[in-house]
Amino acid sequence: MGQEIMERIREANEAVITGIDDADIKHWVTIYIMGKAYRVPADITLMQAIEYAGYRFVRGAGCRAGFCGACATVYRVAGDWRLKAALACQTRVEDGMFLVQIPFAPAEKPTYDIETEPAEGSVLLKYFPELARCVACNTCTKACPQELEVMDYIQAALRGDLEAVTELSFDCIQCGLCSIRCPAEIVHYHAAQLARRLYGKSLPVPKHVEERVREVEEGKYGEEFERLMSLSREEIEELYKKEQREKGGLGSRDASRVTRNGQGEG
Amino acid sequence: MAGELKLVGGYPEYMRESIEKVHATRARRMEEGPPPAMSMEEREEVLKFHPDYAPGGKRPLKVGPNKGDIAPNEVAELLEAYPIVDPGELDLSVDIDVDILILGGGLAGTMAAIWANEEGIPPDRILLATKLRHGDSNSIMAQGGTQAADKPYDSPVIHFLDAYGGGHFTNKPDVLRALVEDAPFIMKWLTELGCLFDRDENGEFVEDWGGGTSRPRMHAARDYTGMEELRVIRDEFRNRGFMLLEFYPAVELLTSPEGRVNGAVLWNMETGEYKVVRAKAVVLATGGFGRLHIRGFPTTNHYGATADGLVLAYRAGAVLRDLDTVQYHPTGAAYPQQIVGLLITEKVRGLGAQVVNREGEAFVYPLEPRDVEAAAIIRECYEREKGVVTPTGMRGVWLDSPMIEEIHGKGTIERRLPAMFRMYKRFGIDMRADPILIFPTLHYQNGGVETDPWGKTNVEGLFVAGEVTGGVHGKNRLMGNSTLDCLVFGRRAGIAAAEYVRKLPEPGAVTLGHLERFVAELRAAGVPEGRRSPILLPDYRGKRVLARMVDLL
Repeated sequence: MGQEIMERIREANEAVITGIDDADIKHWVTIYIMGKAYRVPADITLMQAIEYAGYRFVRGAGCRAGFCGACATVYRVAGDWRLKAALACQTRVEDGMFLVQIPFAPAEKPTYDIETEPAEGSVLLKYFPELARCVACNTCTKACPQELEVMDYIQAALRGDLEAVTELSFDCIQCGLCSIRCPAEIVHYHAAQLARRLYGKSLPVPKHVEERVREVEEGKYGEEFERLMSLSREEIEELYKKEQREKGGLGSRDASRVTRNGQGEG
Repeated sequence: MAGELKLVGGYPEYMRESIEKVHATRARRMEEGPPPAMSMEEREEVLKFHPDYAPGGKRPLKVGPNKGDIAPNEVAELLEAYPIVDPGELDLSVDIDVDILILGGGLAGTMAAIWANEEGIPPDRILLATKLRHGDSNSIMAQGGTQAADKPYDSPVIHFLDAYGGGHFTNKPDVLRALVEDAPFIMKWLTELGCLFDRDENGEFVEDWGGGTSRPRMHAARDYTGMEELRVIRDEFRNRGFMLLEFYPAVELLTSPEGRVNGAVLWNMETGEYKVVRAKAVVLATGGFGRLHIRGFPTTNHYGATADGLVLAYRAGAVLRDLDTVQYHPTGAAYPQQIVGLLITEKVRGLGAQVVNREGEAFVYPLEPRDVEAAAIIRECYEREKGVVTPTGMRGVWLDSPMIEEIHGKGTIERRLPAMFRMYKRFGIDMRADPILIFPTLHYQNGGVETDPWGKTNVEGLFVAGEVTGGVHGKNRLMGNSTLDCLVFGRRAGIAAAEYVRKLPEPGAVTLGHLERFVAELRAAGVPEGRRSPILLPDYRGKRVLARMVDLL
């Protein structure tokens, strides 16, 4: 029975795991990969389409899920003058798309010692003086496949507002499209990385974390671990079941009633 | 497909009937709470539906240190295979000489470099080589969080117990103890480096529940946890000036005449040139095998997760363990087709979303250990026939994401799950308003190269960290313990490798002696000559193109 179910699952996933078979496709579009036309299935992603067309990625594919920025792509649709930016793994093909991938940005990254730099906004301009060249054209924002307010965080960086840069840039996947498009040659994503690290290090390590680290260093849990290890398999299982059942009295039987801090609401 | 199906709110019209049932039952389900967690006996029963337990997927290995042990067919095919380079044709003159060679550019490899440096090895004596870009890894895709028992209601001992039970009591206890005891230190260290974990209005860490945990201890950075951790330590790596080679996978390890690992053959994927790197120690942090699509499952894994490190280490004599179990994440995307298999973080359930069938019934406690949860979903779809069938023939059940905003307030999804929200929005679905369709997806290599608490293997000179290793998670890993694994054992392997190289005067001559022995064993076992590994990348090219492809240049 289990084996038969597994075969049915394999069958349902075949296009995803071994490449697309023409026989399964009813609707088609034409895209232009670096100017060359390819007829590809409608409704798949740019990444799937490039592979369907016969390309095997070395560059230009990474996580394939929108987290790594390896598949940064710029495109234009026939009849439209706008140049758009997208992640190939997260964007559907459109008929008449002209596309090219930009899998690398030749950007300068200054080096610094995060420990000795003060958590102050002025540090940003010290390492990224070109920030001051921003002409507020907003091209970076338009190029961002994450739809972040890139220009706003550059303006925040100029004001030295580390918290605002952190908040606005947090979801940046560092694909580099903003910097490729910037007329002022700003390296937005590296500047934002420094800002976030400076802001992050300005936040204190919570006391309970410091306390726990000290306890571990002092060997507080040594005895308990040794006792645990001396128990029989049955005894350990009992202990495990008890913890799972009681969930530390935090009331998690209903996970939905647990607040953000893990305290039961009653 | 386009033009055929009318989409309403991103879903085909026919799915709407079931979605309406999910909406209609929400208030009652929230009032009643989810079904209770399963007893140990119920867990046993449902696990029959887990791909690991269904017959036909595995076989015993014919060669190597684990001869006779069971592995998935897809993994056995790679372990029982000939090298892609002919040992006789390589010129082993050394191109690069270093103290420590690190293979793999995810969290584990990056940590190893930084901590070997902390232990006094200069950055110009440490080379990190990786197959794709530095950071292209499963680490960067980790969404849900990192476990660390740092709250007063918690302790490393309880963290240990949760992971031990979740792993069916097969974890190596000493390795697991290192994982849980180092965890609070890792959180402190990352925070001091400027890594941003979610905090509440009082500046305390927000810590959530995860599947199989008895206390909330999941530290997240929105749902970009792995990305935040990785980009911070990668920035640190860049500041320190280590040597780095990208698009340079290792295609074989090198060994001294005494059998110590002392380097690797790297291959430039773009030019085809190889480089011989000699090192006093090698840290293997090459990740897992998701792109092998075990049992035909889609995967959450990044493009390069093809088990290269396992293959190389096995040929050099490293003992593997717990390869017989594979982790399927209970909640991969089942619809739309463009994102099939991609991860829907466990945090969605941690924030209260229930798992609901076609009829709007919550049929399983949402936070069982992953194998149990996945099996329950497969049973619901294929035995109880209560799944929703997609236009491409997949089945799935609902994850009732709108519950999150009902429980925690409007705006929670955008604030705490921005990556997920963004992904669904790109494909026309608003997960605040409608549930999302999920099915288990291939997620994690539970086992791997057997390690001790310091990343040491049975082969001298070979250190390991992260998903490529076996032991810490036993036969099933809990959420939030993989990023932690990479961080803890990447650090430990870096420290141990540094200590080792300080004591080793010379790396010795580099040879492929181990490979000659392994090839002889393959021939004796009758392994077909054409089978080669490592495969380095999966192949998703269209079938029509492949059928008419010739290699002329």
